Amino acid sequence: MSAVTQADQAAAGSAPGGLVGRRGLGDRSFQWLALGCGLLVLVILVLIAVTTTQQASSWFTTEGWGIFGTKWIPAENKFGATPFIYGTAVTAIIALVMAVPVSIGIALLLTEVVPYRLARPIVYVVDLLAVVPSVVWGLWGILVFAPWIQHIYAHIASAVTGVPVLGFFFGTPTSGASFFTAGIILAFMITPIVTSLSREVIATVPAVDREGAYALGATRWEMIRGVVWPHSQGGVVGAILLGLGRAMGETIAAALVIGSSPVITSRLFSTGYNMPAVIANQFGEATGVFRAGLMGLGVLLFAFTIVINIIARAIVDRSARRKRGA
Amino acid sequence: MAVATEPRRADLREPAGWRRTKNRIATTAMVVSFVVVIIPLGFVLYTVIAKGASIISWSFLTSPIPVNVAPANVGGMGPAVLGTLEITALATVIAVPLGVLGAIYLNEYGGKNWLSRFIGFMADVMTGVPSIIMGLFIFSIWVLRFHYSGLAGALALACLMLPIVIRSTDEMLKLVPNSLREGSYALGASKSRVTLTVVLPAALGGIVSGALLAVARAAGETAPLLFTILTVATANANVFSGPNTSLPSQIFVNASSPYTGAQARGWGAALTLIAIAFILMIAARLVTARFARYQR
Amino acid sequence: MEQPEQNVAQTEMPKPAALQDAGRREFAAPSGQLIFEVRNVSIWYSAFKAVTDVTMNVHENEITAFIGSSGSGKSTVLRSFNRMNDLVPGARLEGEMSYRGEQLYAREVSPIAVRRRIGMVFQKPNPFPKSIYDNVAYGPRINGERKKGQLDEIVENSLRKAALWDEVKNRLNTSGLSLSGGQAQRLCIARTIAVEPDVVLMDEPASALDPIATGAIEDLMKELKQQYTIIVVTHNMQQATRVSDRTAFFYVLTDTKSDTRTGVLVEYGPTEQIFQDPRDDRTKAYVTGRMG
Repeated sequence: MSAVTQADQAAAGSAPGGLVGRRGLGDRSFQWLALGCGLLVLVILVLIAVTTTQQASSWFTTEGWGIFGTKWIPAENKFGATPFIYGTAVTAIIALVMAVPVSIGIALLLTEVVPYRLARPIVYVVDLLAVVPSVVWGLWGILVFAPWIQHIYAHIASAVTGVPVLGFFFGTPTSGASFFTAGIILAFMITPIVTSLSREVIATVPAVDREGAYALGATRWEMIRGVVWPHSQGGVVGAILLGLGRAMGETIAAALVIGSSPVITSRLFSTGYNMPAVIANQFGEATGVFRAGLMGLGVLLFAFTIVINIIARAIVDRSARRKRGA
Repeated sequence: MAVATEPRRADLREPAGWRRTKNRIATTAMVVSFVVVIIPLGFVLYTVIAKGASIISWSFLTSPIPVNVAPANVGGMGPAVLGTLEITALATVIAVPLGVLGAIYLNEYGGKNWLSRFIGFMADVMTGVPSIIMGLFIFSIWVLRFHYSGLAGALALACLMLPIVIRSTDEMLKLVPNSLREGSYALGASKSRVTLTVVLPAALGGIVSGALLAVARAAGETAPLLFTILTVATANANVFSGPNTSLPSQIFVNASSPYTGAQARGWGAALTLIAIAFILMIAARLVTARFARYQR
Repeated sequence: MEQPEQNVAQTEMPKPAALQDAGRREFAAPSGQLIFEVRNVSIWYSAFKAVTDVTMNVHENEITAFIGSSGSGKSTVLRSFNRMNDLVPGARLEGEMSYRGEQLYAREVSPIAVRRRIGMVFQKPNPFPKSIYDNVAYGPRINGERKKGQLDEIVENSLRKAALWDEVKNRLNTSGLSLSGGQAQRLCIARTIAVEPDVVLMDEPASALDPIATGAIEDLMKELKQQYTIIVVTHNMQQATRVSDRTAFFYVLTDTKSDTRTGVLVEYGPTEQIFQDPRDDRTKAYVTGRMG
C-alpha cells in the first residue's frame, strides 16, 4: 500500500469508514485571520474618527461655535476655521473648473476618437501625471511656476482693476503663491483620477447605442451629446466628486504654493490658506489649544472627505452596476 | 406630357456647415485637453531632470545632509534615501500581507454578503481620505505614546496603502476562474489550502503588480510622515526608534528654503524620488505583462 | 439479446421491496460490492428543487453512465456523491446517500475526507497553472507526502495510468496549461488518480474534446474501471453504450400547473437493457430519438 493511502487512512480513520472529521484548526484560524484583516479597514476608520476628535476636543470646548470664526491668530488665541474652509473650497472649485473639462475631454478622446493602438500611450501619459509625487508638484510650483505666473497675474490684475466682476475676482493684490496657483496645481493632480474614472463610466455605454446614433447619420459630437452623455452623466458626476475630494485633501503641493496667509478674500490671485496646508505648516510648533485646533481642522477635513467619497462611490457604483445589467 | 426629371443623386458629402463645424470644434477640444495636460507634465519632468541631473551622483545619494544649508555643491541626500528605503519597506511589509488577507476574506469567504460588500465599499472610500489624516491619526494613537520613529511613519503609510492593496488584490482574485478552485476542492483540499496553494499563486502576478503601485504611491508621500518621523537631517538606520527623514520630507523642507544650495539638493532629491516611482511603475507593468495570467 | 446476469452472491445489502417500481426496475447483476446506495434523495438549490426522489445503487469496478437531457439533474446527482454541491450556497440534500455503508451526509462527516476518496474530473479540463509534475503531485502533497522519491513514483504511475506519460515525460516541468485539450484532460485524470481514490466521478469528460481525444479518454475509462469505480455523466449516447456497464436515465419532469421543473431518475439498469429494451416510454423516446 503506498504512502499516500496510508497517510490518507491515518488522517481520516480506517477504510472504508473514516469519513468522520472536524474542520481543521488551521483551516478555521485562517478564516478568522482573513476576516480580521478585512475588518481592519472599518476599525481604522473608526479609530481615526475617535482619536482625532479626542485630540481636538479642547479646541471644540474652548471655542464652542467660535470654531467657525473668521480669524486665525494663534498669538491672540483666536482659532477660527473659516479662512481655511473658505480656502479649501476656493482652491477645490478652481481645480475642478479647470480639471473637469480637460479630464472629460481626454476620456472622450480615449473612448470615442482615438484608435485602440494610440490609446495606450495616451493612458501612459495620463498615468505619468499621477506618478509625480505631491511634493514634487509643490517644489516645481513654488520655485518655477509661481515666479513665472506672478507676472501674468500682475498683468491681468492691472488690466481688470475697476472692471465690475472681473476686478472682484482677479484684481490686486496678486502673488505667485496664491489660491489660483494652488488651484492650477491641484487641477493637474486630480486630472488622472477624474479621467480614468470618467473613462470607465463612459466605456460602459453599450456599443449598440453608439452605433444606432451613427446609423442615423449623427456626427461624432452629436452622438456624444445624444447617447454617451445621458448614459454616463451620473457616473461622471461621481468621478467629479471624487476629484473634489482629492482636491480638498491634497496637502503638500497646496502647502507650498498657496501663500500661507489665512485671509478671506475674493481675490483669487491673493495669497491664502486651506485646511490641509495649515495643518502641514503649523503643526510642528503647535501646542495646547493651537494644536487641538489644527487637529480639529483635520477632523473637519476627514468628515468632509468621507461624506463626499461615500456619495461619490455610491453614485459611481450604482451607475457601473446599472450598465452591467446586474 | 411627362417631364423627365434628373435621377436623384445621393449626397454623400459630410454634413455641411454648422454641424460639421461643431464636430470639428469638439474633436479639437478633446485633443487640446490632452495637449493641455502634456505641457505641464513635460515642464515638470524637464525641470526636475535638468536641475536634478546636474547634482545627482553616487556621492549625492550617500552623503550626509549638510548642517549648514546655504552653500551649494555640498553634501547630499544620503539620510533621506536611507529613510525612504527603510520606512517604505517597513510600510510594505505591514500593509501588503494584511491587505492580501483582507482581500482573501472579501473574495473567498465573504462573497456577496453584506459585510464584505460594506468593507469593500469603505475600502474604496478610505482611498479618498487625505494622507495627512493618516499622519494625524498615527500621531494621536502612537507618537504621543511612543514618540517619533520611522515605525510610526511606516504605520501611517501602511494605513494609506492598505485599502489600495485590498482593492487591487480583490480585483485579481476575482479574475481567477472558479474551475481552478473546483479542481482543488475535488482533490480534497480545505478552503484555506485551496486559497493558498491554487488561488493565490494563480493571482500572484497581478497582486505583486498592484502592490508595487501602492509602494510607489507610498514612497512619494510626505504628509503622513510630517508628524510621525519628525524630519531630521541625520541618518537613522534604526527604523524602529528615533526620528527619521525621507526624500519627500527633505524636498518639502528644501522647497521652502531661500538658499539655492538647499533648493538644488531639493531638485536632486526630486529626481531621485521620481526615478524610484518610475522604476516601480515600470516594474509593475513588467510583472503584469509576464506573470499576470488572468487579465481583464 | 443477452440474458441479464442473475443476482449471484449475498454481497448486496438486502433491498426493501418498496424499491421495485414500475418505472424503475433494477436488473440485479452485481459484479461486486455496492459502493453507493442512494435512497429517496432530493436536492434543492435554495428554493429550486433540482432533483426529486432518486433511488439507485452503484456497483464497484463498474462504469455507470448518467444520461438524459439538460436540466435533468445528472450533474447535480453526480456532484452530490463527492459533496461538491456543498460549495453552492443554499444547496441541500434530503434522503440518504451512503458510501460503503457510511452515510455521506451525516453531520460528523468531513467533505474533505469524502473528496479524497471520491475524485472528480470536470467537463472543461482545468489544469492548475503549475507544472505538469506539480499538477499531479498536488493531491499527494496536500495529503502529506513530501519525499521527492515517492512523489516522482506517484507522478509517473499516475501519468502512465492516464496514458499521458510517454507524451510528457520529458517536459514534466513545463506548465500544465501548455497541453492540448485531450492531454490536459488526461492530466486532470492523472491528477485525480494520484491520490488513489476509490471512485472517480466524471462530468462529461470528453464533451469539450475532439473525437480522437474522446476515443483516448474512453479507452482510458475502460482501463481504469479495473481499479476504480467510475460514474460518468454524458450527453453522448454512443459513448454510454461504448463504455458503461450500467446506465441511469434522468428526465426533466415539468409540472405545468405550478410551472416548476425537477429532475427524476426514470430508469436504471444494465446498459444493454436500457438501450435495447427500455421499459419506460420516456427512456425509449430518448434513446431511440438520438440513435434514430
